[in-house]
Amino acid sequence: MITLTINSKKHQIDVDSNMPLLWAIRDFAELTGTKYGCGTGVCGSCTVLIDGDPIRSCLTPVSEVEGKSILTIEGVENENKVLQEVWEELNVPQCGYCQSGQIISALALLNKNTNPTDKDIDAAMSGNICRCGTYKRIRSAIHKTAELNNAKTEIE
Amino acid sequence: MNPIQKITRRGFIRSVGLASGGLIIACNVPSSTEKSPMKRAFNGKTFEPNLFIQLKDNGDLILIASRSEMGQGIRTALTSVIADEMDADWNLVSVEQAIGHPKYGNQNTDGSRSVRTLYETMRKMGATARAMLITAAANKWNVDQSTLITENHYVIDTTNNKKLFYGDLLHEAAEIAIPENPILKDRKDFKYIGKGLKSIDGAGFASGKPKYGMDIKIPEMKYVAITRCPVTFGTVKSFDKTKTMAINGVVDVIEIPRIAKPFGVLGGVVVIANNTWAAFKGKEALEIVWDNGNNKGYNSDAYAKMITDNVHKKGKEIRNDGNVHKAFKNAAHIVESTYNLPHLVHAPMEVPNATAIIKDGKCEVWAPTQDPQTARKEIADYLEIDEENVIVNITFLGGGFGRKSKPDFMVEAVAVAKAINAPVQVIWTREDDIQHSYYHAVSAQYMKASLDDNGNVTGWLHRVAYPSITSTFAPDTGYAAGFEFGMGLTNIPYQIDNVRCENGKALAHVRIGWFRSVINIIQSFSVNIFVDELAAKAGKDSLQFRLDLIGKDHIVESDSGYHFDNAKLKNVLKTAAKNADYGKKLPEGHGMGIAIHYSFLTYVASIVEVSVIDGKLKIHKISSVIDCGTAVNTDTIKSQMEGAAIFGMSLAYYGKITAKEGAIEQSNYHDYQMLRIHQTPDINVEIISSHEKPTGVGEPGVPPIAPAIINAIYNATGKRYYSLPLSDHGLV
Repeated sequence: MITLTINSKKHQIDVDSNMPLLWAIRDFAELTGTKYGCGTGVCGSCTVLIDGDPIRSCLTPVSEVEGKSILTIEGVENENKVLQEVWEELNVPQCGYCQSGQIISALALLNKNTNPTDKDIDAAMSGNICRCGTYKRIRSAIHKTAELNNAKTEIE
Repeated sequence: MNPIQKITRRGFIRSVGLASGGLIIACNVPSSTEKSPMKRAFNGKTFEPNLFIQLKDNGDLILIASRSEMGQGIRTALTSVIADEMDADWNLVSVEQAIGHPKYGNQNTDGSRSVRTLYETMRKMGATARAMLITAAANKWNVDQSTLITENHYVIDTTNNKKLFYGDLLHEAAEIAIPENPILKDRKDFKYIGKGLKSIDGAGFASGKPKYGMDIKIPEMKYVAITRCPVTFGTVKSFDKTKTMAINGVVDVIEIPRIAKPFGVLGGVVVIANNTWAAFKGKEALEIVWDNGNNKGYNSDAYAKMITDNVHKKGKEIRNDGNVHKAFKNAAHIVESTYNLPHLVHAPMEVPNATAIIKDGKCEVWAPTQDPQTARKEIADYLEIDEENVIVNITFLGGGFGRKSKPDFMVEAVAVAKAINAPVQVIWTREDDIQHSYYHAVSAQYMKASLDDNGNVTGWLHRVAYPSITSTFAPDTGYAAGFEFGMGLTNIPYQIDNVRCENGKALAHVRIGWFRSVINIIQSFSVNIFVDELAAKAGKDSLQFRLDLIGKDHIVESDSGYHFDNAKLKNVLKTAAKNADYGKKLPEGHGMGIAIHYSFLTYVASIVEVSVIDGKLKIHKISSVIDCGTAVNTDTIKSQMEGAAIFGMSLAYYGKITAKEGAIEQSNYHDYQMLRIHQTPDINVEIISSHEKPTGVGEPGVPPIAPAIINAIYNATGKRYYSLPLSDHGLV
């Protein structure tokens, strides 16, 4: 039995310790927002945050993340609701499938860098493939979220 | 007399569209046990004036999307048309996905034709409901309805400004006969159409909530992975399941045979497990001996050489105007080129998958399908049950691009569910997806043209060879079909006196299928590059040369009701040139390239600016212009064109599927790469506003991209490339 802390909630899961986190999240915790894309860590669809760092859950065994804080797309609204609102506002998604991973990667970037440049965005987001090709809007959405969050911070 | 009585059981709205085989939308067709269509449509709380509309007594409006959502925004586009004609409040609208059923008309979400074929029908659906609500209000107020208008979910009496909320009119509306010819709005009154409404699913997509195929979970469901023969149509000789059975979570291993139908099952060894990972691990541990079958000799290098040889000799005549040979004899200049493109695969982010349960002679399936009705028919055929006993639920599609038009993966799920007598979810690995698809055809093309002393094109010969999509459906003749030639070969937009098109032989050794924009990719590639080569030979500017070659304004009539108007093509080209600032002085190592293409009844021009510095390509800007008739959702059209630019860049940079001894050599996104964000250029899209009927949007943006890149590279470097991907040329 393994205990995973996903979006601040504890899940007791009876799986092999070498099962990739992705399948524990999807098949056992039944949080389906995190997606399978390649199984080899090259597409980014399965990205989640572990203690704030983006990782590929399709390659990370559950044994490595026990006791750590796991954040999936379902937990983003408590972290950076503005990010999701901007994503909607700019109509970023097309099919939407890769967008959970895109948003998680964007969240990780914005948590560390409140005013990312295009280069910073390239570096943080180039691990996430979007077959529909929404990159232009992803870039705009990250810039706009940063702007809104910074304006909010100034007011506060 | 109660108006309900006037409606016969066959009193449905009938609308005939232009889709293949026509489109019939039947509304309120009751089952044989029900006598009154209207009573069926009203239960006291919900009023359903037709199949696409459900109005609740609290005003909530549920609109039905009959086409599959795969990122093209169709759930928003189609329902916004209904809502607009209905004068509904968009904030009260929610969208429900239809199941796969012929009562919704053709649901095949393919060929960039959902809006094109359903626009007028959806308008009529909305207008019908609106007309009934107005009559209902007139009856309730006991006034003449000529003074009544509708606005944002209310009927308003203009004489006294009294208002009635739609949700408060259900009882009265349910008593109204369905009007035969409801009045459609004047386009100046459109509130949602043409206004760039944002996706109704946007908030969902940003929260991970929408259910794609793989997100479905039903009680007692087993997770299934299948290993198929690496060579197309090969079969299992024997297998050893010992190592697989030792994996925790694996329940069983069985074999399923091939179902030799276009959308049948490839067959293979099936791992049944209690979770996805166990199924995938179990698959890796299988030891299988294959009979590789008839396609084991398929090698891409040898095949490309063979089809290239076939276009270097006379082929089957497809079109012949005038006499090209005479033109060639009298030419001042001759230009000849040969083009080669590899197979491509769709690789949507969501792999093929399907969930199925068979119980009491009935079957229910959930899948990300572009073609639910074909799926339903194939499943019913396979199970030998009536189609009415098959329910096909359409989930969100994590991309489609034509892959999910083929329901083979759904039939697989049903076959396994039947074999093990339990509900299952079949999930393809990414490797399965890359290696067992219905591929975009590999191709060879040869072109030859003559120019006179003034640089005018006098003769045009175009030979193509590619395995046909028809090979998947009928015995393979080695020759392609009319619909494939009509995608940019026989219907070139240029006015040339002597034109000849020929088709060389190319037998299929893998399954061939539709891929976003289909053969247009192949034929747009050669034609757009060749025209640039001709311009260079004639010593003319590529833009003006193209405009001259398109020629004087003229219209090509068509039985389809959609005419080709070459002035529109010239207009998108000129607009793109303006947006790209074509002709401006460019830095050293930079170049601009042009391509135009007419496909899915839509006119597109793209101009690409590149640089090649130290042998490495960078794309700086893509300016695309589209004329797709009435622009139903301008923001979606922009987003589709942006996506098409990236899709076109991906195939230009990296797209290459090859076979060795019959097996596909690529396996995942590391060796079948996609464009990524750091390579994304500035993409500028302009939509030409028009009052014509809406035409295709999802696909027409793709075909101009790759040839425009090639032409830009030539203008930057003086070097012309004749094949893709560019990664083979060391440019990326």
